[in-house]
Order: sequence, then structure tokens, then C-alpha cells
Amino acid sequence: MSGNNQHNKPKGATAWLFKMAWRDGRASLNRLLLFMASIILGIAALVSIQSFGNNLKKNFKEQSKSLMGSDFLIVANQPPTERVQHIIDSLGGSDAEEINFPSMASFSNKGATKLVLVRGIKGGFPFYGELETKPVTAAAEYQDMGGALVDATLMLQFGLQAGDSIKVGQLALPILGAVTSGPGSTGISASVAPPVFIPYRLIDSTGLVQIGSRVEYKNYFVANPEPNYVQLAKNLDAVLDAEHADLDTHESTGRQLGRRYDNFGKFLNLVAFIALLLGCVGIASSVHIYIKEKLASVAVLKCLGASRKQSFLIFLIQIGGMGLVGGIIGSAIGLLLQQAFPVLLQEFLPIELTVSLSWQPLVIGPLLGFVMSVLFALTPLLGTYYVSPLQVLRIQEGTSSKVRRAGLYVMAVILLLLFAFSFWLLNNVRFALGFVVGILVVFSVLTGIAVLFMRAIKRFFPAQWGFVARQSLLNLYRPNNQTLVLLLAIGVGTFLISTLYFSKDILLAKTAMEGSARTPNLILLDVQTNQISDAANSIRDNDLPVIDNIPIVTMRVERIKGRDVNDIRQDTTSTINRWILNHEFRVTYRDSLIATETLASGVWNPKFEAGGTVPISISDNIARDAQVTEGDTLVFNVQGVLMKTIVSSIRAVDWGRMQMNFSVIFPTGVLENAPQFHVLSTKVPDDKTSARLQRELVQKFPTVSIIDIRQLLRLVEGILDKISWVINFMAFFSILTGIIVLIGSVRNSKYQRIKESVLLRTLGAKSNQILRITAFEYLYLGLLGSGMGLVLSLIGSQLLAIFVFKAVFVPSWGPFLILVPGITLLVLLIGMANSRSVLNSPPLQVLRKEGQ
Amino acid sequence: MAKILNVSNLGKTYTSGSKTLTVLEDITFDVEEGATFAIVGPSGSGKTTLLGLCAGLDRPDSGTVTLCGTEINALNEDERALLRNRNVGFIFQNFQLLPTLTALENVIVPLELQGVKNAGVIGRELLHKVGLADRLQHYPSQLSGGEQQRVALARAFSNKPSILFADEPTGNLDEETGDKVVQLLFELNKDAGTTLIIVTHDTDLAQRTERILKLKGGKMITNQQTQIL
Repeated sequence: MSGNNQHNKPKGATAWLFKMAWRDGRASLNRLLLFMASIILGIAALVSIQSFGNNLKKNFKEQSKSLMGSDFLIVANQPPTERVQHIIDSLGGSDAEEINFPSMASFSNKGATKLVLVRGIKGGFPFYGELETKPVTAAAEYQDMGGALVDATLMLQFGLQAGDSIKVGQLALPILGAVTSGPGSTGISASVAPPVFIPYRLIDSTGLVQIGSRVEYKNYFVANPEPNYVQLAKNLDAVLDAEHADLDTHESTGRQLGRRYDNFGKFLNLVAFIALLLGCVGIASSVHIYIKEKLASVAVLKCLGASRKQSFLIFLIQIGGMGLVGGIIGSAIGLLLQQAFPVLLQEFLPIELTVSLSWQPLVIGPLLGFVMSVLFALTPLLGTYYVSPLQVLRIQEGTSSKVRRAGLYVMAVILLLLFAFSFWLLNNVRFALGFVVGILVVFSVLTGIAVLFMRAIKRFFPAQWGFVARQSLLNLYRPNNQTLVLLLAIGVGTFLISTLYFSKDILLAKTAMEGSARTPNLILLDVQTNQISDAANSIRDNDLPVIDNIPIVTMRVERIKGRDVNDIRQDTTSTINRWILNHEFRVTYRDSLIATETLASGVWNPKFEAGGTVPISISDNIARDAQVTEGDTLVFNVQGVLMKTIVSSIRAVDWGRMQMNFSVIFPTGVLENAPQFHVLSTKVPDDKTSARLQRELVQKFPTVSIIDIRQLLRLVEGILDKISWVINFMAFFSILTGIIVLIGSVRNSKYQRIKESVLLRTLGAKSNQILRITAFEYLYLGLLGSGMGLVLSLIGSQLLAIFVFKAVFVPSWGPFLILVPGITLLVLLIGMANSRSVLNSPPLQVLRKEGQ
Repeated sequence: MAKILNVSNLGKTYTSGSKTLTVLEDITFDVEEGATFAIVGPSGSGKTTLLGLCAGLDRPDSGTVTLCGTEINALNEDERALLRNRNVGFIFQNFQLLPTLTALENVIVPLELQGVKNAGVIGRELLHKVGLADRLQHYPSQLSGGEQQRVALARAFSNKPSILFADEPTGNLDEETGDKVVQLLFELNKDAGTTLIIVTHDTDLAQRTERILKLKGGKMITNQQTQIL
């Protein structure tokens, strides 16, 4: 090459690229705005959810001390043993003590009863956070004055005032005030058994602390300076475990509570990710059609002397810039949205949620907007790099092998990034991998179907059809067709939207309640053996049935497969789940399976004949966590008596159903004489009967706790309503993104068809004919795309139900009745709107206007 | 006079499936600096292919093209683009203006690619010269065919090319407009002293050049001087 042609970059070359990107974008603003809308919605969903999650974690961490009320505590189901007391003393003695138990309380002047959690407190608890009462002084006075502080909601429910009295067991005491907020006193459990604080010294007078009662003893500690909790736990755990006591620190409590909201957060993350993915589908399909039309201009630019890199960069800057701006706007909207979450969710959270700005989503939002746009636009953008300047002189059809190869690399990078991103959101390699493979399969299947569809039409073309029908079918496979790209956009969009809808179904159905005639709605807990017949008679005297009478024996595991649990605890290599070693199992015995159980393996033993080892049945989750199978032995400590058992069967249990389910079941003929309590249940027709029966039972059996499931149901329904509201809200976000994407893709396809429509118009086609040709083409695409998306989503949801949610999936009719016709109609309408300009204006005017 | 374009034993074939189609076969000619030159022939004779090869828009299968002293076979895409930007101007049958750029912006693209500072001033002057001073901010779709071709003319001369390739410059215009555009093309060319190579069906237009190369079936039939001299 001669010297004067040596490549030297002129000054301002980069600025020129930006200038050209802006000039070109300015004229295509309408189309680019649609593309940006998908980014904005996707990023807004992601940023709002991410920020909310971050805030939640931060709040749990910051408020962990006030959640517990102290730095750490030792808790047991019995008074401290000698060794536990020794530990308490060695820690400098506890700063406060608590005895708590559930009990029925009655309000003498109202004649009503309610299950409450009686909390007897000694000392200045809480040391962090506040026991907020009305009047404010009540919190400081109740211990000295010998009064009770009653949960504010409960007071409101029963119309109680300070000065009224409450009776717990044999103890009646005045109500000094209402507790509006205190450590660990929010959430669902507090609604089932609202807390009643009384002085510790009066606990004995209730007469309710007896053998068989479910009592918890807590010793609270304030540490100054704070110890290393990991070290402390390491030193004390083994000894405390052996004494059936536990050490809880404010850190672990905060973490545990935070974790409880993790699943919810994960689902929301998934929704946000789907919204973003839909945005990406929008980018890919919009940019594909957009760039295809720009190739002629790129060829001209190359003719005029622009290099491959320059012409590629002009459009990369354009798309990247839109992504960045979309990301910034999306982040701003996301941050505004997250302000709304605390208002919506405050009731489920045990802490006061304060929203603060965190930098992470602010950086990630715009960055993701940019990266996702560029990445998903890269395949079509590569066309600008490889397009030949010769295209100025003649149209070259087909994709070069270079573009195809580069496209494959881009695809690999996209998959890698998707995997990294879903792993970041879901924090689970298996799920992230499943997600990416799922998306890949959906794309491949849809591509395969699109190709087969085109071939099938070509092969079996109905030549005898009329002009309009033939033209619309021809549009699907002739050069310049949009079948593949629109089927992908519509199919993937429908797939994601309906999968979201179905997962919501699965999640909500899992928690739904069944209400058949045999479903009990009043449950009597802690009925002692000697009280059964009297309690049952009381129920029957009210003309009510006794539906269940379930005996319960508490026990702990002592040995697993011949190995002492203490050994297993100290064995750091053991993968047996720790909860098995410390859990107090509530076990029942019966001779048959119930409706919620199915035998997964082994033999069901209804009755134990004396001699040999006791054959028991365990649930599949216990078998997994304890790593035992049929034939393995387990030794239980039944309140001091060691009992050797052998696993004879494993059951699959549907824990989601409203039914007393058990993980360990003994055959009859073993535990009948062990210390036990019973659960009785009945079904009451209305509030009045329920109140009468409860009053009567509380008077006769003060230690029995009664749960009115109807109240609980109302409570759970209320919570479910709110959760579904949030899920629906987020799903709506994704669906909105999906719709914007569809509008964007279909709207952009307008430019593919407009010249052909104008040509037909010029040749004398009537409006009606052009409209019908267009309508049929989009109808085929809409029906096939949404139909296939839905079918794939059914398969995907079934897999999700089996592997992720572990629930039964019964698809609802919503997507079939709404999504497929809705999306088809949407595609049809936008498609027809596309040809409106052709129909209403002279052909030449249209060509000029659209050429801009 | 020095040769600005030298074409030697040029050949081009296209393969479609198992069929091979020879579009150009053994073409040899050269063009002197500042000359006007026409390539004529019936449809499918290989005129446009020859133009594309001469301008470095495509690669030959055999033979060589030397443009402005550089043998372009050896250059890669970007080097050829740079060569075009420095030395070559184009006019196309269907104008090939960038639809998203205004008339002025279209004209100054080659200058901006070179990093010329006062591109806007030069562009305005050129558009004034072609009689479109009042159409600077119009988009191509807002201009008539003749106006669009005049914008293309202004663009073709904006980078002061040594050689200008025109592919059927009047093919999309009515006779009257076509005549005006041709008139303008030759005037501008004379002023700038540019070498002009026109591909055309129009024998009258071809007769206005100094030499005519006739093609038929991809082969060169004649390469003669015209009467004009």
C-alpha cells in the first residue's frame, strides 16, 4: 500500500463514532425507545428486588440484638440441670430469666377465651430494643405491681382495657397495659398465641407448670465486651446438647430469621431475572430486525471509506448507549419502587424495615443494562462487521460462515453470563444450571419448530387456496420472512410469562387450605391421658364429633445405626443433618396410613408383637437427613427409657395439607403406656359454638391449649392474600415487560412488510386484501408462538414442581384461556396496526415516510 | 500521462451450488489520470461487477487491479476502505444516501472519516454548488430523486477524489433531470480534474466520455476513443 494510504487514525475519530451513533439513532428514536422500554422494565424489577433484599439482610443484621432482646441466651424445655446451671454461673449468672408456655387465657369480664403465650419475666429484659406498652409506664411497673401486659391486637380483638383482668390457669391478675411491640413478638406465631407478659414470681401460682406441659426456660445474658460467639458456641454446644439445652446468640437468631425470608426473596429474584430475560429477548429480536435494515447503510459507509470496526462501533455505541440509559432510568424507577415494599410487607416482618440506598444496585443496574443490551445485540451487530460494501451494488443473501461462527462464540458467552448471573441470584449451581439448560432447550425447540413449520408449509403448500390465504402463508417462508425471530420472541415470551404464572399457582396451592366436611377446625393440644374421655365427652355433649384422637409421645434420638449421637456430634466429617441429633421428636402410634401418606418403600407394620426390635416407619425427609434406610436401627430416648427400633418402612408425606402429620410413627402395642399427651380435634359450625366449647373446656381443663383453625385460616388467608399481591405485582412487571417486548418485536417487523404491502397496493390490491394477508400472517405466528410457549411452559412447570417446589402441579386454565388468545390477539392487533399507514395513504407517500 | 487505474487479466466467477458462472473473463485496460471513461454493455454483461472490482468493493478471482498506484488485491477490507476514503468517489443508480442523515450530514461523512475540521463549511459550499443550499437539513426521503442524486454528487466530490466511479447515474431519473445531473457531473469533474468512470446503458452519456469500453457476456469487445476528442 502506498505511503499516503497508511492507516493513521484521524483526530476526533472516536467523537465521530458517537456523533454518527447519535445521528442515526435520532432518526430511529421511536423504534429504539421500544427497545429501551424492555430494558427499563427489566432493570427496574431487578433493582427494586435486589435493593429490597439487601435492605432486608442489613436490617436483620442491625436489629438482631433487639430481635432477641439480649446478646445471647440459653434455652431448655426443663429447669436448668446441675451442669447447665454450672455453665450459667460460669458465665457470670444470667441477667434475666423467662419461663414461657402456651395456655388458654380467659377474660373474666368478657367470658371469652384465647390461646396465649404466657411469658414470665424476671430481670430487666429486654436489654436491647424496647418493650413498648400503652401506657408507656406499664412496661416498667408490671413486675413490681404483679400485673399482666397483654398483646395490643388481642386487647383490641376482645375489647379489653387496662384495668380489666386476665385469668391464666388458677391465676387472675389485672391487665396493666397493652404491648405494642417487643422482642420476638410479631409474625404468625404471635398471632396464633399472642404474648402475655407476667412477673416470673407468679408463674407457680398459675398451676400450669406440670409434667407433660410444654414449658420453655430461658436465661438471657448481656455481654460486655461481646465474646467470640463462634468460640463460645464451640465450647458450650456439646455439653448443652447433652443436657438438651441450646445456646442462641443474637447473630444466629438474626441469620436464621433472615434465612426464613430467603425463599421468598429467591422467588422474587427469579421473577426479576425473568423480567430481565424478557427484556433481553426484546433486545435480541428488536435489534435483529433493526440491524438487518441498517446493513444497506453500513455498506454505503464502507463504500465511503469507513472501516469494519468503525461501522460496527457506530451501532454498538448506539445499542450500548440505549442499554446504559435504559439501565439508569430502570435503576431510578427500581429505587422508587423499593420504597413501596416496606409498606406492603411490613406485616410479615419481625423487624422495623428501614430503606436505605445501597450502591450495589445503582452500579449493577446501569452496568447490566449495558452488558445485556450489547451481549444480546451482538449476534445481529456482527452483521455490520462482516457486511460487504458490494451490497451497495447488489443484494447478497445468506449469512457468511464467519458470521455464523462468531455467532456461536457470542452464544457461548451469553450462556456463560446467564449461568453466572442466575448463580449470583439463586446461589445454587444446580438451579442455575437447570435454568440455563431450560432456556437453551426452549430456544432450540422453538427454533426447530420454526424451521420445521416453514419447511412443512413449503412442502405441503396448498396451491389451490385463494390469493389472500396463499400470500399470507408465503410470507411465512419466503426470503425476508420474520417467522423465526417472531416465533422465538413470542414463544419465549409466552413461555416465561406462563411459567411464572404456573409457579405462582404451585406456590400458592401449596399453602392453600382444604375445607372438606371431615377437616377439623378446632384442635385441643396437650390433653393428658386421664383427661381424654372427659374432654371427648364435653365435645360430644355439644353435639360435635371427635374427629381425631392422636396420642403423642416425645423422644430424642440416642443412637443412629449403632453410633451414639454424641459421637456423631463431635465427628466433623459426619454429614448427618444436625437437627436430627438435637430435635425433640413428637411421635405417634397407629395401625394404618392416613390420606396424606404413601408408602415409598419397605413394609408397613400395623402392630408390634412382643419380642424383637420395634419396627417403625419414618418419613422420607428423615431418612434423607439421618441417612438411614430400611433395616437400619435407631435408638430413641423415650423420656429416660432407651428403645431400640428398626426402620421397616419409609413414607412420602404431603406436609402441605392441613393435617397432623408425623415424621416417625410407631406400630400399636409399644408406646401405649409411655408418658404421653393427646391431640383431639372437632369441627365447629360457627364462632358462637366455638366460643362456648372453648369456655367450657378451659374451665374443666386449664392445661389444655385450644387452637381455633378458623381464626388461623383467616389470618393465613390474609397473609396469603398479601403475599399473592406482591407475587402478582412482580409477575405483572414481568408480563408488562413481555408485552412491551412483543410490541417492540412485532412493531419493528412492520418495516419488513411495508414495501411488499405498498407494492401490492400499487398493483391494485384492496385494503381488505392487504389487511387480511397481514392479519393471517400474524395470526399464524401468534397462535403457533404462544401455543408452543405454553406447551413448553407446562413441561417446565411440571419439572419445577417435581424438583424445586416438591409439590403437585395442577395447571390452572388461566394461561390457556387468557394468555394464548390474549397474546395472539395482541400480535394480530399490532400486526394490523402496522399496515394501517399503507392502507390510509398513497403508496409513494408511505415509501418516502417509512424510508426516513 | 500517469495511469490512475490499471486492470490486468481480470476474471471473476460466482458459484451457486454446483454451478459456476463466469461473470468477467480476461479484462485488461488502463485509465489515465484526469480522463473520462465509460463502461457499456447489455444487462448481465458484467459492467457493475467490473466497477465493483475496480473500486475495491470486491476481490477478483484472477488478474490484478492497481488503483492510484496501489495494487488492491493485496489489501484487506479496511485498507481498501481507507484507500477509497482518500482517493475514490461514488455515485450510484439508486443514490445510496444514508436515510437517517440529513443532506448536509450525508455530504460530509467522507470528510469526517478523514477527520477534516471544517467539514460543515465544505459540505455547505458543495450543496450550494449543486443548487441545494436550501435543503441542507432535509432527510433523503424529503427530497426528489434529482435532488437526492445531486446530494450524492456533492458527497462524491466532498473528499476531493482522484477517481470517481458512477454506476448508472441517471438510471433512476427522468430524461430532463438526468440531463441536468449529467451536466452537473461533468462540470464538477472538470473543475476538480477528477478521473471519471461511468457504467451506463445510455450511449449518449457514454459518447460524452473520452473512451468507451464495451462488454458482452463478461468479455471485453472494444476499448475505443470516442469522437469527442
